[in-house]
Amino acid sequence: MFKTIYNWVDERLDITPLWRDVADHEVPEHVNPAHHFSAFVYCFGGLTFFITVIQILSGMFLTMYYVPDILNAYASVDYLQHKVAFGQIVRGMHHFGASLVIVMMFLHTLRVFFTGSYKAPREMNWVVGMLIFFIMLGLGFTGYLLPWDNKAYFATKVGVEIAASVPYLGPYIAQFLYGGDIVGAQTLTRFFAIHVFFLPGALIAMLAAHFIMIRRQGISGPL
Amino acid sequence: MSKHEQHGSNHKPAERKEMSRRQFLSYTLGGTTAFMMGGAVLPMVRFAVDPLLVKNESSSFVKVVEESKITNEPQEFKFTIHQVDGWYESDPELSAWISKDDNGTIFALSPVCKHLGCTIGWNVKGKNEYDCPCHDARYTKDGKNITVSPKPLDEYEVKLENGFVYVGSIKANTRVG
Repeated sequence: MFKTIYNWVDERLDITPLWRDVADHEVPEHVNPAHHFSAFVYCFGGLTFFITVIQILSGMFLTMYYVPDILNAYASVDYLQHKVAFGQIVRGMHHFGASLVIVMMFLHTLRVFFTGSYKAPREMNWVVGMLIFFIMLGLGFTGYLLPWDNKAYFATKVGVEIAASVPYLGPYIAQFLYGGDIVGAQTLTRFFAIHVFFLPGALIAMLAAHFIMIRRQGISGPL
Repeated sequence: MSKHEQHGSNHKPAERKEMSRRQFLSYTLGGTTAFMMGGAVLPMVRFAVDPLLVKNESSSFVKVVEESKITNEPQEFKFTIHQVDGWYESDPELSAWISKDDNGTIFALSPVCKHLGCTIGWNVKGKNEYDCPCHDARYTKDGKNITVSPKPLDEYEVKLENGFVYVGSIKANTRVG
């Protein structure tokens, strides 16, 4: 059944080379945990991506109930977590996944650092990886405000005041992030927009660049 | 398996449906992947379809108007209900067109047109019919669909108590066949 449909499409569009190119490549021995168990450190990048996919999925589902509005944000989060079936789990995935992404990304960075994989010719990929790192931090920072509870409020206040300590530009950055002079209605909507549209868009573009580069250059050699 | 195949031409081996290593691996990997994806995706799907599976309790009766005010001519009466919409609770005002039929039975019709949900009114065009402003659907006093609409107007459950008219939940029209 599946094979028939696949063949029908393949005959017309020749899709086999497409996925072959993505999926069918050799894993060198020194990065394969089946050969050397210590090679599991090479899994952290893939794990980061896996959790990122979970974050995108669970985030999409959360927005089915969430409203970015100061009167309703907390109530809607409370509702989706406690009244909707599996709300605790879906929000839990997004909440704990957020921390896990940072952990996995940090371990991945450590692996790249200590295996020297950032060296020529892969410097550009290191830079893109760093951009991904900052995008992830931005996602964490903006997502933290969305439940609109006390923790969210003060974390954002502290974060924006840190940003405000930048010389000369600080006050403008703070005003841009606040969308005014206080953590309020406008802060919440712009953090929501940044969290669900701007940063995920940038993240997907950067991830694509990250993956295209690693396929082009191949994984770095053994130590 | 490969041994059997090599000597297969001489004497036929008992046909055993063995799985190749490749098949075994793809089933195992596919199964594990499916299990993991299912574990992640199923809670989200259940989360998304939750509104479909929530049981809605039938609304209780609301006092609307004195029985003595009901005439043979349909009149619109407003009443408020308590509505819980997710995290938002409110008391929206609904209306019912209430009248008496020739036998003196009081009945209440919903003002929601059964064509595409606009709000109908009585005798707007002077024809002693319910008219809908959107696509000119028309209904008789009993709510029978004359034109455009595929179904008659819905009815409210009606209860008479101590000289007052109470309306309850919406039901399909029982006055027209």
